[in-house]
Parts: sequence; C-alpha cells; structure tokens
Amino acid sequence: MTQMSVPWRPRGKVRYTGLSGLIAGFARAIYGMAAPVVRAFPGSILLGAIFTVILVGWAHFLLFEFADNHLIGADSNISAVRGFLGAELTLAEIENGLAVAGAPAPGVLQYAFYPIQFRIVRDLLSAGGILGFISVIPLYTIWWERKVAGRIQSRTGPMRVGGWHGWSQSMADGIKLINKEDFVPDHADGVLFRLAPYVAFVPAILAFFALPFGTYWVFRELDVALVFILAMLGIEVLGVILAGWASNNKWSVYGAMREACQMVSYEIPMGMALLIPVMAVGTLSMTEIGNVQGDGWTSWIVFRNPFTFAAAVVYYVAALASCKRAPFDLPESESELVSGFHTEYSGFRWSLFFFGEYAAMFVVSGLCVILFLGAWHSPLPMSLADRFLGDDLLSRAAKGLFFSGPLWFVLKCVWLLYVQIWIRWTLPRIRIDQVLYACIQYMLPLMMVILLGHTLYELLVPVHGIVWTFFNIALSVIGGAVMLFLVSIACYGYLNRVKLVGWLGVETLPGS
Amino acid sequence: MKTLMRYDKTILAGLLLAAMACCSASAVAQDYPDPKERPERVVEGEAVPQDAYRSEVTPVVESVLFYIFGGALLLSAVGLCICRDVVRMATCLFFTLGSAAVLYLLLGAFFLGAIQLIVYAGGTLILLVFGVMLTNKSPWVRFDCKPAEMIAAAGVAIVLFFGLATMLTTTEWAQSTGEARSTTVAQFGKALLTTYLVPFEVASVMLLVVMIAAAYMARQE
Amino acid sequence: MFIVGLTHYLILAAVLFCCGVFVMMTKRNAIGILMGVELVLNSVNVNFVAFDRYRPGGGFDGQIAALFVIVLAAAEAAVAVAICMNVYKNLNTIDVDRGDALHG
Repeated sequence: MTQMSVPWRPRGKVRYTGLSGLIAGFARAIYGMAAPVVRAFPGSILLGAIFTVILVGWAHFLLFEFADNHLIGADSNISAVRGFLGAELTLAEIENGLAVAGAPAPGVLQYAFYPIQFRIVRDLLSAGGILGFISVIPLYTIWWERKVAGRIQSRTGPMRVGGWHGWSQSMADGIKLINKEDFVPDHADGVLFRLAPYVAFVPAILAFFALPFGTYWVFRELDVALVFILAMLGIEVLGVILAGWASNNKWSVYGAMREACQMVSYEIPMGMALLIPVMAVGTLSMTEIGNVQGDGWTSWIVFRNPFTFAAAVVYYVAALASCKRAPFDLPESESELVSGFHTEYSGFRWSLFFFGEYAAMFVVSGLCVILFLGAWHSPLPMSLADRFLGDDLLSRAAKGLFFSGPLWFVLKCVWLLYVQIWIRWTLPRIRIDQVLYACIQYMLPLMMVILLGHTLYELLVPVHGIVWTFFNIALSVIGGAVMLFLVSIACYGYLNRVKLVGWLGVETLPGS
Repeated sequence: MKTLMRYDKTILAGLLLAAMACCSASAVAQDYPDPKERPERVVEGEAVPQDAYRSEVTPVVESVLFYIFGGALLLSAVGLCICRDVVRMATCLFFTLGSAAVLYLLLGAFFLGAIQLIVYAGGTLILLVFGVMLTNKSPWVRFDCKPAEMIAAAGVAIVLFFGLATMLTTTEWAQSTGEARSTTVAQFGKALLTTYLVPFEVASVMLLVVMIAAAYMARQE
Repeated sequence: MFIVGLTHYLILAAVLFCCGVFVMMTKRNAIGILMGVELVLNSVNVNFVAFDRYRPGGGFDGQIAALFVIVLAAAEAAVAVAICMNVYKNLNTIDVDRGDALHG
C-alpha cells in the first residue's frame, strides 16, 4: 500500500526563520510584559488609546499649521519666498519667529521646529500617522463586525479579552496569528505565494495617501486623486489572483478566477458611478469635490438630482462587490470553496489579506462619503458657522465638532462600514452567475442610462431653477427621513434589547 | 487604587470628549474656501492654480528616484525574459508597469501615471492573467524554445540595443533644461476635446468595435 | 552624468524595447508573446513622455500620444486574449508553434 500523497509534510517542531521569528519573539515579550497591566486597567487603556490617537492627529496638524502660518506671519524678516519648504531657515530665524509668535521657551522649541521644515521629515511624520490609523482600523472593524454579527444572531460575540465587551480580542488574535507557523505548501510556487499578500496589502495603504480626511488633512494633494485611488483598488485584485494561483489548490484557483471576473466586471459600473460627481463638480481633485458640499445636507451631491441619488446606490453595490463583501463574497465563500483564495494561507500572511480587505472597505466608504455624502461636512450649513462663530479657539472647536472636520468624515465612513457589516450578516450569498448577470445585464445598462440622464440634466435644467430645487429638496427630505427612521429603529432596538433578544447571560460571563 | 479602577471609564470618557474638541479645533483651517465663491463648473484649463500641484523634487532627488525605479524597471523587464512560468512573467510585467508609472510621475505626467496604473496594471494585466488561467491545463505547463533559438534571440536583442544606444548617445537632442511641467487634468480634457477630437472619437469607435469583436470571438458555441 | 537627462530615459526605454523583442522571439506561449508586445509599447510610452518633458516649448502632445497608446494597448490585449482562447478551443494548447495548419 502506497502512502497517500499529501501536499504538505509535517515539519516537526515549529521553526521561525528570519523576520517572522524576530517579530514573533518581540510580540511574545511585549505581551508578557503588558498582560498584567492590561488586566488591571482595561477601560483606561481602551479609552486612553483612542485619546492618544486623536491627540497625535491633532498635534500633527497643529504643528504644521503653526509652522506654516503663525511662524512665518510673526516674523516679518522671513519673506514669503523663504518660508517653510522654500529655502532653508536657520535656527536663529526660527527662534526669533517663535519669540515673536509668543511661544514659550523658543530656545528649546527651535530645535523641534528646525527638522519639520524639510519635506522628508514632514512626510515621515504624516506617513507614521497614516500607518497607525490603518493598523487601528482593521483591528476594531473586525472586533465590531464580530459584535454586530453576534447581536444579529442573538448572541454576544467576543466578551472576555480586555474586559469591556472583549475590545482587545483582535489584538489577541493578532498575537496568535504572528505566533503561528510560517507555512508554504510543498508544491506551491514559493516566490509568488510569499509575494501575494503584500501585493494585496500595499495598494490599500497607498490609497490612503491620496484620500483626504479634511480640507488640509491629506498626505498628498493629488490632481488625479480619484483615478489613483481607483487604480489602487484595482491592483489589490492582482494579489488575490496571485495568491489563488500560487497555492496550487483547485479551490484557490476557483476563488481567484471568480475574483478576477467579478472585479473586472464591477469596476465598470463603479467607475461610471464615480464619474457622476466628477461631472457635477468639474474636477478630479477629491478636496475640491468635498468642499463644494459644505452648504448643509441639501448641497450633498447625493441629493443633487435623481441621477446622482441612483448613482450613489449603484456605486455602493459595486463597491461591495469590489471589496469581496457579502453578498458578493464568492472568491472566499467558505461553504463551497473552503475560503477560496486564502485556503492555504495562515498566520501573518493570512492576516495581511484581512488588513488589506478591511482597509479597502474603509477606502470605498471614504470615496462614497467624499463624492456623494458631503465629505467632512456635517448636515448643518457652513454659512451658519460663519455667521455665529468667531475665530478664537473655542469657536473653532465648535466649528470642528458641529460643522466640518475629519471627525465627521470618520463618523460617516464608520456608518458606511456598519452598513457593509449589516448587509453581510443579513443577506444570503448569491451564485457566481447571478453576480455576473446582475452586473452585465442590470447594473451596466442602468448606469449608462444614469450617465446619459445626468449629462442631459446638467445641460438642460437650470441650476437653482424650479425643477432643480424641487428634486433637490424632495430627495433631501427623503434621505433625511430614511436616516431618521434608521436611527429611531436603532434606538428602539437598543432600549428594548432585553425584550427583543432575551436575557443573554452577559452578567454572569467573566470579564463583563 | 480601587476607586480609580472603578471610575476609570468615566474619567477617560471625559478626557475623550476633551480630545475630540481639541481635535476639531484644529480641523477647521482658517482659509476655508467658501463654496459659494467657487465657479459651478470648471471650463477653462487655467481654473486650477498651477503652483498647487508643482512638483517639489530637486534634480538630485529626481535622479535618485530615477535610478531606483529605473533599476526596478530593468530588473523586472529582465526577469520577464528569464522567467518561464507565465504567471511569474505576469508578476514581472506588473512591476515593470508600476515602475513605468512612477517614471511618468517623475516626468510630471500625473494623469498619465494614474491612467497607466488603472488601465494597464489594473485592467490589461488582470485580463492577461485571466487568459492564462483559462488556457492552462496544469499550472506548470511550459513551452520552451531550443537553446540555439534562445542564443540567436539574445544576439539580435543585444545588437539592437547597441545600435539604439549608439544612435541615442550620438544624437544632439534639442533639450530644455527647465523643471518638469506638470499637466493638470483640466488641460488634458480640454486638449482631448478640441485639438485631438478626431483621434479621440476614432479611439472611442475602435473601442466599441473591439468590445463587440472580443465578445463575439470568446463566446460559447 | 549622475543628474538624469533625456538620454537616461531614452537608454532605459531602449533596454525595455530590446527585452520586449527578446520575449517576443523566445516565448512560445501566446500570452507570453503578448506580454512582450506590452513591454515594447511601454518603452515607446516612456520615450513619448520623456521627449514631452524635455522638449523646448510648451504643450503636452507626447502625453496625449502616450494616452492613445495605452488605450490601443488595452484594446489589443482584449482582442488578443479572445484570439488565444479561440486557439485554445481549437488546438487544445496555446503553443504558437502548433498553430501551423496553414503551413503548406
């Protein structure tokens, strides 16, 4: 009897090599030291971490703004040409500028301000902020997804790790994943197998570098930001295809092929839907498109006319498909393809795929928010803020909290992320042929009609005329009513949660 | 200590609100552009300020970036020649296309770089990989040519390169030494719909023809 | 010599072109040959953009030409992949040496 041939062989004791060994050892050491502290103050650490993230973002922005505006403006000796990022400033000039601007201890602060006049230092600082944000987003989205899934299925989700509702479950999972064996199947294409997770993960990071969080909250203000982000979302697919192919597993190849045809088809309605706001505003720069929508929620592009409203819906559905989210998660359908393209992956490489997927979810939500849902503006019009609020720190804080700012952008993105999660756990997965027919036979023709209709509408209907205003107001009222309805349902569900889902035994669980 | 542990959530929730307020304080930049003042629609190419997107690379930085990404381009192109597995070749092609896009950005052609990424790397390449998957029976099928053919091909390529290189280095090109002019999308669109209207329309008709032809040829019998 | 100029870009494009020609001559897989064609088209594009950047006077005709090359390359790839699939359907392989039915 011949021994059954298996595509892998047991390798005895788990070995770590090179970088993965280093990371695993580091993670273990950190966890060993941190565990007692985490156990003692779970709530403080959670809130403190959020506090720190916000504070760091604020410090970044204030630092650059102070250097660019106040320092230059304070010292009349520094001409506009020789400003920051122009010619190099000397330490003495910075000290003088700081002294005139009224900063404490200019003799010490000058050394802090000297490096940030160089582009590369600023870029490193901002890139650090972005990378931090990217690593926080998937951790908490995964945790939140598990909680929402639990609630939808009348259970509690993760409850133990970290104390309050299992908030550090994802971190524990991350430590577990890093500690797993670094595994490549025997007959896989080793080079491509190792490369694929990075091809899927890096474009998702790069997309963040062009995604504005506010008027000046962007790493690189690109003229072609929209095309760039779409390109990055498209490249991400290549990583999935390579992963499926390199695994040398038929289920993985099926997953990869599904991903390829699904992505190539859905990119077309997605791109065409994104053309609608571009046509309405007349630029590809995301910052400009965002700033046009600052005049209250009736000025949001989604409520501009019926065609933009339809385009927003089509975009969101196509975006679900391009992120491989349910009901379009055919490439990784675990019931038929044994989780598809990442069947053979485990450990750190597997987690890279998930980081990429959740980052891409945030990016498509961000695109939807910027292009359709009023970007970083609150439903209140900015003119209100200009009328009632001055320019001192307190007024600016109120402006940022109630009118416009990155906070609003993140809030809206999180809401759209929640809708993605909600759809995933309530809709059944559809078949692959239904996915493709839905795109080619319904969404593509619909999108063409919308594109043509929007062009004619913009050309023929006078802006702020009777027809234009009627549709604008009607759509805004409908949108607002739907939002209020959803919020009230959520409030009702929360207030009656014991009556609706019964007693969950939460109180007796350890760590509650 | 116990009291602190009991109230830690409450205290830090207050701190959190304070931090949100601080964060939003800096969020509203002073020169916030009023949406009313902005024209409804950009018609002229000059509407976008030129210096807003001026590239800030000095010649030395440009050179360093050129050598890095030019090197990546050459390495991946040579890899494409050496690899025998088609999917590895496609991966090499991906890096070639990506490095070429970075070179376009260095040369100030931002729109072209983005289009290269979205059409070539995101569309054409995936189409090619898709073709590989549909036409391979086994993942490791390779068709190799004879060593003699390989040597002959290498000879032709090297002779071709030296001929081209000699021609390129000996010619006196009329060069401007100014820094890279970056082209805005508005200028691009205006040119496509005025000066280059006929090629633009011809290209769009051709795309339609190609779409129908490809669908016809790839159909199920 | 260290500071890049037009010649650097042209030499780079020449190497790319020769690699493309080499790939077209040696590969027997139809899709591999297609990748060689893409390399050649890319070298042409690099040339177009480099000439556009370094030529005296304004305008961006070179970038427009490169844009059309990209559009045509995408169309060409779509048709070529469709042809490859047809060849595969008829011959059960995409080895281009096997497609010699018209050879006398």
